[in-house]
Amino acid sequence: MPTNKATPLYGIAAEFDDADKLKQAAAALRKAGYTEVRAFTPYWVEGLTELLSPRTFNFVPYLAIGGLFLGLLAGFLLQYYTSVVSYPLNVGGRPLNSWPSFILVTFEVGILFAGVGTVLGFFLQTNLPLPYHPMFNAPRFELASRDGFFLCVEVTDKKFNLDKTKALLQSLGSLNVSEVPC
Amino acid sequence: MSTLDIVPGKSSPNEPQSLTVRQQPPDNTIGGVSDQITAVSLGKAPLWWWIGLICSVALLGVFAFTLGSIAIRGTGLWNLSIPTIWAIDIANLIFWIGIGHAGTFISAFLLLLRFKWRGTFSRFAEAMTIFALATAGLFPLFHLGRIEYFYYLAPYPNTMWMNPQWRSPLIWDFFAINTYLLISLLFWFIDLIPDIAALRDKAKAPVLKFFYNILAMGWRGDMFHWEGLRKAAFTLAVIATPLVISVHSIVGLDFAVAITPGWHHTIFPPFFVVGAIFSGMAMVILFGVILRSGFKLQNLIPLSHMDNAAKLLLLTGMLVVYGYLIEAFGAWFADDAFEFALVANRSTGPFAPAFWGMILLNALPIQALWFKSVRRSPTALVVIALCVLLGMWLERFVIIPVSLSYPYLESMWNVYTIGVWDFLTIISPFGLFLTLMFIFIRILPIISIAEAKQHLAEEAEHAHQ
Repeated sequence: MPTNKATPLYGIAAEFDDADKLKQAAAALRKAGYTEVRAFTPYWVEGLTELLSPRTFNFVPYLAIGGLFLGLLAGFLLQYYTSVVSYPLNVGGRPLNSWPSFILVTFEVGILFAGVGTVLGFFLQTNLPLPYHPMFNAPRFELASRDGFFLCVEVTDKKFNLDKTKALLQSLGSLNVSEVPC
Repeated sequence: MSTLDIVPGKSSPNEPQSLTVRQQPPDNTIGGVSDQITAVSLGKAPLWWWIGLICSVALLGVFAFTLGSIAIRGTGLWNLSIPTIWAIDIANLIFWIGIGHAGTFISAFLLLLRFKWRGTFSRFAEAMTIFALATAGLFPLFHLGRIEYFYYLAPYPNTMWMNPQWRSPLIWDFFAINTYLLISLLFWFIDLIPDIAALRDKAKAPVLKFFYNILAMGWRGDMFHWEGLRKAAFTLAVIATPLVISVHSIVGLDFAVAITPGWHHTIFPPFFVVGAIFSGMAMVILFGVILRSGFKLQNLIPLSHMDNAAKLLLLTGMLVVYGYLIEAFGAWFADDAFEFALVANRSTGPFAPAFWGMILLNALPIQALWFKSVRRSPTALVVIALCVLLGMWLERFVIIPVSLSYPYLESMWNVYTIGVWDFLTIISPFGLFLTLMFIFIRILPIISIAEAKQHLAEEAEHAHQ
């Protein structure tokens, strides 16, 4: 990509042959003190996130558990309210709060909320939907969903230096190194 | 090349690539696998697909006509009577929900157990779940007779001060089926996002590119995306596993809580669950064979995976057979004249062919699966799967109208017969299910691309070590 000094830069991207080379390069970048490094891979590569961003907080399990308990509560209270408070109906002298027969709906609503919570967590975690992202400007980036492995050092990194970072990425065995405009 | 056999020059995006699967030899690099699966959606449609789609749409027309007539002219078109107030509609409901169960079972339960062969089937099996549920969900609605009031099932504040009856299994059904449909849809979609991104990057036509662009929601394969996806998929699997067991258990409870001879058995909930997975596995195997030969995916749906699926079919089949034995044993053990009479009427009465057909089709053909050569023969698997599907439909028929024909009051015994509309209701739902399946296999990846690539990379790593 031709460098245009006028356009602001998002970062410097490098493409690698395979997951192993990507991981080696990522480790080298971490060792050199870079913190704002992102990896883009066609499939989940074990240990990559831990390598590049060791303290990643994951929303998913918390929202799932929270959703589950909220759902269980909501499911039971819905049945309790409708059959005991809002419209008590005596059917053959059965107790109004016949909780054993409320178990199944309580369970289903709990599961439903847990599932919705999980998916909300997924969207929070991934920051999707996001139609535009500067990384799509990187050359050959359409291969990231096929067999391309990319690393990107963002300009926000404290150690970012256009020439030095470029030279470092080139020395790490990448196929190509390019500047990614915003 | 350290672990993966990728030639850097080969993955150039500008290189013109043939999109028809036929012309490409199976290429086991991660790029090759990606191209092979995306080509199923983006390449030229094979002739069998067009023929299948046209037949399915025709059958869908019949389905629309049947249900339309039922809605306008009433449920009396079916040969319903007192006491046989449930017949084909409910048999179909249970059959179709059952078909869906295998999809969730494969994608959720096998994910938790970390079975590698899950990825081969999970995508299209999960699609099958959603389409089977969409089909199944129509039957209770039309069974209501007054379909325009179906929303009374939902708890919502209304001026009539009307609330659902929470002690009724039918309301449990409403919650279970809707939750199941929604969770399956979310699970399926979350897993699809990276693969839709692969289609987006590969599609040439602007309309397609736009369509996939919207659905992919900006997926970049970012490491945080993958972390989120993995956690979410795993969590949804944890959620979906008890859910799938609860759904058919609740359907089983629809029967078990009724005091009709033949229904009032404690074995019903688990018996329904294994029966559901059994019939669903048969459908998965059927589609597995069709897709692997239809799109030349022999390298991605290998016979060893078909073998594993067939073993699961055998296991669940044997559990179903155990259920039949326990049903007969229960009638004898309860020492109840009407339970006895039902067993006798089922096996020797006018419905004897359905009863023995159920026993023979479900119990016998699967015995061939004890042999490895049968489990690895696609033709044999198709024959066995078709037997199981027919047998399991017959099972639902035997459980519902046949049991209802013989209630506790002998003067009410009234044998149900299959009329024209009943017959149309049996056949035509396949139109809706197959139309949705045929459309799905051409617009979305039928095998999880990301998972196929990951397994390939892991295999390469093992080989390297």
